[in-house]
Amino acid sequence: MSTAITEKRPSTLRGASLPKWSPYAIAAGSVALGLGISAAAGLDSSIQWVLIAGLLFVLGTYAIAARVEGRRQAKDRVATALVWVAFLLAVVPLVSLVWSTVSRGVKVLDIYFLTHSMGLVADSEPGGGIYHAIIGSLEQVGLATLIAAPIGVLTAIYLVEYGRGKLAKAVTFFVDVMTGIPSIVAGLFILSIMLMFDMQPFGFAGSLALAILMMPVVVRSTEEMLKLVPNELREASLALGIPKWRTILKVVIPTSLGGITTGIMLAIARIAGETAPVLLLVWGNSLINSNPFEGAQQSLPLYIYQQYANSAGSGAAYDRAWAASLTLIAFVMILNLVARGIARWKAPKTGR
Amino acid sequence: MDTTQITDAPPPTPQPTVAEQKRAARGATRPGDRIFLGLSRGSGILLLVIMAAIAGFLTYRASIAISKDDANFFTTFEWNTQLIPPKFGIAVLVFGTIVSSIIAMAIAVPIAVAIALFLTHYAPRRLSGPIAYVIDLLAAVPSIVYGLWGALILVPHMNGLYGWLDDYLGWTGIFTWQGGAPRSMLTVGILLAIMILPIITNVSREVFRQAPQMIEEAALALGATRWEVIRMAVIPFGRSGVISASMLGLGRALGETMAVATVLSPTFDIQASLLDPGGGTFAQNIASKFGEASETGRDALIASGLVLFVITLLVNGAARMIIARRKEYSGANA
Repeated sequence: MSTAITEKRPSTLRGASLPKWSPYAIAAGSVALGLGISAAAGLDSSIQWVLIAGLLFVLGTYAIAARVEGRRQAKDRVATALVWVAFLLAVVPLVSLVWSTVSRGVKVLDIYFLTHSMGLVADSEPGGGIYHAIIGSLEQVGLATLIAAPIGVLTAIYLVEYGRGKLAKAVTFFVDVMTGIPSIVAGLFILSIMLMFDMQPFGFAGSLALAILMMPVVVRSTEEMLKLVPNELREASLALGIPKWRTILKVVIPTSLGGITTGIMLAIARIAGETAPVLLLVWGNSLINSNPFEGAQQSLPLYIYQQYANSAGSGAAYDRAWAASLTLIAFVMILNLVARGIARWKAPKTGR
Repeated sequence: MDTTQITDAPPPTPQPTVAEQKRAARGATRPGDRIFLGLSRGSGILLLVIMAAIAGFLTYRASIAISKDDANFFTTFEWNTQLIPPKFGIAVLVFGTIVSSIIAMAIAVPIAVAIALFLTHYAPRRLSGPIAYVIDLLAAVPSIVYGLWGALILVPHMNGLYGWLDDYLGWTGIFTWQGGAPRSMLTVGILLAIMILPIITNVSREVFRQAPQMIEEAALALGATRWEVIRMAVIPFGRSGVISASMLGLGRALGETMAVATVLSPTFDIQASLLDPGGGTFAQNIASKFGEASETGRDALIASGLVLFVITLLVNGAARMIIARRKEYSGANA
């Protein structure tokens, strides 16, 4: 680190400045020091040496820069260092999350796992699979989409094409507020209705709660997409004497169809991972139940939770939970990537 | 259905009212138009009805529960719905929810703002695009996966940090540790921080990106360092945006269920130490107590859910108001 100070570049226009490689040198030095201190003090947690190294990096940068370049530059360098440290600090857990899910998930993830249920398999034993959970998830999410997508798209059409006055303002505001409803509250709402009619848990109840969570997301994204459709297109169509509803159906929607599809797929990706409402309303089931209108069902996120919670520390159950997590993440990520692909592919072309 | 009704049915054709004349002036309304308008307006109204129904049904069930409650719902430190008469209160849940959210915000907001600045002002341009994309994807990781990771990976890694905090900061009272598994409020707060990081980063990044370039360049031309540009031109411009982004994150942290339910080992009491396991949050309490709850128990949980609903409604409403006001003033989103 001392080399960083000795190498000053003489310049007439600018004050003394540290060489370009100095941040890297300081970073390497502080990581080495952090590791050294941890080893000397016998600290075994990786969190500790990372924190020490980060702290040393920021302090070292300030000390060195303040001596060579002056206080203003030193502050600038500290800000840069802090921003980088914050970024790296955030990356570590996220990388760890993805890495542990993938590395532990592949252990039991195979065709058998995807095509068998947990029937006759105790939670603590190895074996079994997620077939019933996949069926449940697909049905619940599919039904929720069937409810939420049309309502969401129509509401967005109302807001963009017709909406004036108090009603539109109220809808806009409450759609925004609705995006923030905790998923468990949506579950409790459906639950309170079910309690009133003394109903047992079933898959469709979960779909209703998921639909409530999905609607505002669809409205928001569709609204943004409809706003992008140039007014000239609408005016041209209306000028030809075409009714407004046909203009919307034949001109506005086809133009923004890519964006609307993307929005709906992102919304599906969001609700596919919801656990809380499913826990309250669908209850979970270790057997295959492909009827969403009767009897408890399973779903992927709920399966993960139950494998974790009911396993009593058994490794086999944890393995299954990780494998199901990997499946769920893969599903969500594929939806995301495809949705973004569609968005790019169908993006309105600028100019011809 | 006898014939008299049919003959009665057509009323004398009325004179067009003012409203009808206005409508006629605006253009001919075709049946297709009317149906379509009806459908789309209907679904808008349906959304409002759903919101009202959520509030209404929750309040109804909650009132049943509270009328059976033998203790004060807001100040009681126990949750015994099996007792006759039942005694339960949300004091512990209010405390736990607020504490875990405060920890999460204290960690996530500075880091998220720093990452947003990193993406808009520090990162090499070739890098910032893909990183923003990855952060978008991370926002889509389901909360149960964060919960599983938190419980099985993060918790064991916290031991060292906990010992450290106990050694050096134990005298403060809030960092004392009796050596239990680190399934406590601090771990929950850290996990929540990781979870809300992407959303706060995304919104803040959008705001910082809109900061007026001219002012930044003017500051640079006057010899300001990059940090001075950010402090004088970017942050003042983005402050309200960052506040609303944080409140969106707060809304999510308040209502997060599964991550808290998997990591925390709950007890129904309040303790000063953040490191000793215990406490609980609204959403976690609902998820963990629901399985064995009787009908009264469920109503009691619904009552606590109503409180959570109102809190998140207020937080989100405030965040949206700030965003809306900013839009009006800035004119950037015309």
